[in-house]
Amino acid sequence: MVTVSIIGGSGYGGGELLRLLLGHPNVEINQVTSRSRVGEYVYQTHPNLRKRTQLKFSDPSQLEPVDILFLAQPHGQAQKNIDEYSKLASKIIDLAADFRLRDADFYEKWYGEKHAAPEWLSKFVYGLPELHREEIAKASYISGVGCNATASNLALLPLVKADLLDLSFPIFIEIKVGSSEGGAEGNSGSLHAERANVIRTFSAFGHRHTAEVIQEMGVKDVSLTMTAVDLVRGVLATAHAKVKPGVATKDLWKAYRAVANENPFVRVVKEQRGIYRVPEPKILAGSNYADLGFELDESNGHIVAMCAIDNLMKGASGTAVQCMNLMMGWDETTGLEFMGLHPI
Amino acid sequence: MSTVTCPECEAQIELAAGTEAGEIIVCPDCGVDLEVTSIEPAAVQLAPMEQEDWGE
Repeated sequence: MVTVSIIGGSGYGGGELLRLLLGHPNVEINQVTSRSRVGEYVYQTHPNLRKRTQLKFSDPSQLEPVDILFLAQPHGQAQKNIDEYSKLASKIIDLAADFRLRDADFYEKWYGEKHAAPEWLSKFVYGLPELHREEIAKASYISGVGCNATASNLALLPLVKADLLDLSFPIFIEIKVGSSEGGAEGNSGSLHAERANVIRTFSAFGHRHTAEVIQEMGVKDVSLTMTAVDLVRGVLATAHAKVKPGVATKDLWKAYRAVANENPFVRVVKEQRGIYRVPEPKILAGSNYADLGFELDESNGHIVAMCAIDNLMKGASGTAVQCMNLMMGWDETTGLEFMGLHPI
Repeated sequence: MSTVTCPECEAQIELAAGTEAGEIIVCPDCGVDLEVTSIEPAAVQLAPMEQEDWGE
């Protein structure tokens, strides 16, 4: 068995990672750390894990060497401690935003501060298998992916890969997000009285995840607008763009089918009957699927490209486990077979 | 086994044995209804579908 530990296991991303790793046939969890909950059973924080593990939270200072280290800390911690962590494991998968961007100046522009370990940025591979599968398989260090960035990148991927977009026009991506994106710490805005029934645009433009879309899609003129909606899990990205003159629906089908055929967790949802005709996050809760859809106005080239994911799965922990599978040479779907629930 | 191309999404669809002309099949990729217009050679065309608005 391959040994793994999780640094920062009390958050939602860490809890989801625990759920996946406890069910993974090839790994054994050695330690899970939390400064604030040392000595507590992890199921007391993540109640869905009751009777599945007797693990207790460890002190980060007592970490032991393992084969793979997962970092699930708040943003900014990993870059301060990466030298120390690299002595504990030869493979590291970070779920936070510390090593997602390749360029230190670009990082400073979007995060408003200098990177604490810029020499490490080039050692990390951006951890989205749909974009970097072969590099991930050879890598020792994998970055996390932003959940909103992942929904945006996958919404655009078939169009960018097949070079169908007219990039002289801007790309606007409206993103609806669930409350678990906000993390487990909570604030006054996450009180039930304030968060329930909400449809709140909390970031019109300038969200940090935009940097990952610019970097990974190679597009410059792109804006992400974030709207909180009354969901716990889920992201729906709806991108508006222009296709090149002459591009027809059949060309789009070809592009989307190609991406779906290359990627086990990408599905095309563009149905003609039934209720679920377009991607919806609701039925993806707990699954690692990314559902893509599109509609083209052939009269003017306006395309609406959609992607739905579970932010904690494809947008974070599910993708991290998928990366681990690739790094270890295992089938990339191992431990990620859950297909979601319906009705839910 | 005869193969036809979906006129909507260009998926390659294999006609099941025993398929008859006039039969309505569904494209497994894009879900449109297709009328089998001929068996030899195999051919299909888009069949009318009822539009719904899901009550929105």
